[in-house]
Amino acid sequence: MQSTALRVREHIIRLSAGGGCFIGASLSCVEIMVYLYTHVIRRNADEPNDPQRDYLFLSKGHDVPALYGTFVEMGWLEADRLSNHLSTQDSIYWHPNRHIAGVEFHSGSLGHLPAVAAGVALDCKLRGGQNRVVVITGDGELNEGSVWETLLVANAYGLDNLTLVVDRNQFQANIRTEELVPLEPLTDKFRAFGCEVRRIDGHDYGQLEEAFGEAMRPANGDGVIHGSGGKVKVIIADTVRGKGLPSIEARADRWFCAFSGDEVLQLLEELHGNKEAAIESETLVVR
Amino acid sequence: MTYEELLTETALKDERIIVMTAENRALVRNIPTVLGARFVDTGITEQTMVGMAAGLALRGRIPIVHALAPFLTMRAFEFIRTDAGIAGLPVKLSGYIPGFLSDGNGPTHQAIEDVAIMRGIPGMEVYSPADEDDAVKMLPSIWAAPVPAYVRINHKKGTFVHAAYQPGKAEVVAEGKDLTLLVYGFLFDNARQAMALLEKEGLSVGLVNMRSLKPVDEEAIVRAAQGSGLLVTIEDHLQTGGLYSIVAEVLLRHRMGATEVLPLALNERWFRPGLLSQVLETEGFTPAAITSRIMRHLQFAGGVGEPSGARII
Repeated sequence: MQSTALRVREHIIRLSAGGGCFIGASLSCVEIMVYLYTHVIRRNADEPNDPQRDYLFLSKGHDVPALYGTFVEMGWLEADRLSNHLSTQDSIYWHPNRHIAGVEFHSGSLGHLPAVAAGVALDCKLRGGQNRVVVITGDGELNEGSVWETLLVANAYGLDNLTLVVDRNQFQANIRTEELVPLEPLTDKFRAFGCEVRRIDGHDYGQLEEAFGEAMRPANGDGVIHGSGGKVKVIIADTVRGKGLPSIEARADRWFCAFSGDEVLQLLEELHGNKEAAIESETLVVR
Repeated sequence: MTYEELLTETALKDERIIVMTAENRALVRNIPTVLGARFVDTGITEQTMVGMAAGLALRGRIPIVHALAPFLTMRAFEFIRTDAGIAGLPVKLSGYIPGFLSDGNGPTHQAIEDVAIMRGIPGMEVYSPADEDDAVKMLPSIWAAPVPAYVRINHKKGTFVHAAYQPGKAEVVAEGKDLTLLVYGFLFDNARQAMALLEKEGLSVGLVNMRSLKPVDEEAIVRAAQGSGLLVTIEDHLQTGGLYSIVAEVLLRHRMGATEVLPLALNERWFRPGLLSQVLETEGFTPAAITSRIMRHLQFAGGVGEPSGARII
């Protein structure tokens, strides 16, 4: 998994050339995504529409380079296609969409996919399925009221087959969450909304394994539901924005970045433990 | 047959249907007992309801979603547009008490821009039945189509037996040489009575129940424009983006921009709240008021728009 994560980070760094990408928020959720696709999500690429499959939704959306990097490493997406980034001839742009096989739903507008995933989870329960439904949200995304609204409803319907993973990288766009709209104590907030909550180091596979092992206990395929007392699972994964690249880690101005080809080469060196990159490109701070 | 009876019958026949509401059960009072787990009340959460509806539709369900028209179309607008719209999922929206039917609630509850904003979503269909009989005739094909749709629900008992519904087609009740009334929703009944009053004035009057606003029956509009000296659009909606706009778009597309059209609509304002009968009086939408507004317009023939009267603020 570690080498897979390293290669996913290489893909992300390469995608930050040219038109750029949301590099910081992509690097923070690499371990989460690699772990989920290699150990949690039961999905057969040859049967993409299998109704028994597990679902993974990316709600924050702008972390899509991590998703596509993982897809390449899983063998679901040809590596060549990443060079089509931002070409109108392909569908590899700044937010996920269903034109890319394996993407369950498009996102980009924050606070939508918890609700969409709740609908999917409800149907899985109605049909007595054992599907797991996982949604990755950002932490800044938790500003959106619709996330909390959906938690109320999902818990009312006992959707214990639904897991929300918060990529808690401490930043929203260009500012620290706690400096703008403070979220802490976050565990308490989710508990107060009726969820079963775990807080872990989102870069530590041991902790991911422990948390998901617990959260992914087989759901009751009992045809449901309302008032059943089943709880939505929340895993708050503490992460570092820009993880893997010391020169950009936890920096407010490294959210959306468009690097030169030379800088990308330097960042790849830095990723492999060599000299820190000297970045001269003006990063696009406000978007 | 009532709306609820049709919904119950359809849902019992088709396992794919999930009936949802954001705690507005006026149209679905008996559904919970009949459908059990296929009835989902999300509470007062229009955004979550629509997002969940998209998720259910992703799994092959056909969610029929209920809420008051203003909250459904506006509170949840971006969820409708982004989750149902972009994905083209068959989420079926039933907007309750649209337009004047919100009578005494006040402007917060007035869905008078719903047609404009819903038809602005690519792929979204927009319908407005005249009454319960019309709704029951239209809804089976609306619910069966694999696309998102918004319906201005009107379950008022009408006084007219409607023709069978053909998807996307208007109901041409009468053709007239002097003018044609183009109307949708519950104002159909008042327009029909106005037609009788106008005929007493010696005019030859056509009447079209639009039924489907998107896709719109262009042929019905063009034929009315060719056969009548004047078109009158009648709607409990803002003049912007509703039927008047739709007719203007159709006429321009067919190079018939010189057609005279009188809009009876709300112009840049919300309506005065009150009992429906009073609202119709005040806003000039009773049969007599519709008639007199049209007669006044005809006396100023050749003028553009409405010469006087109807602005009551």
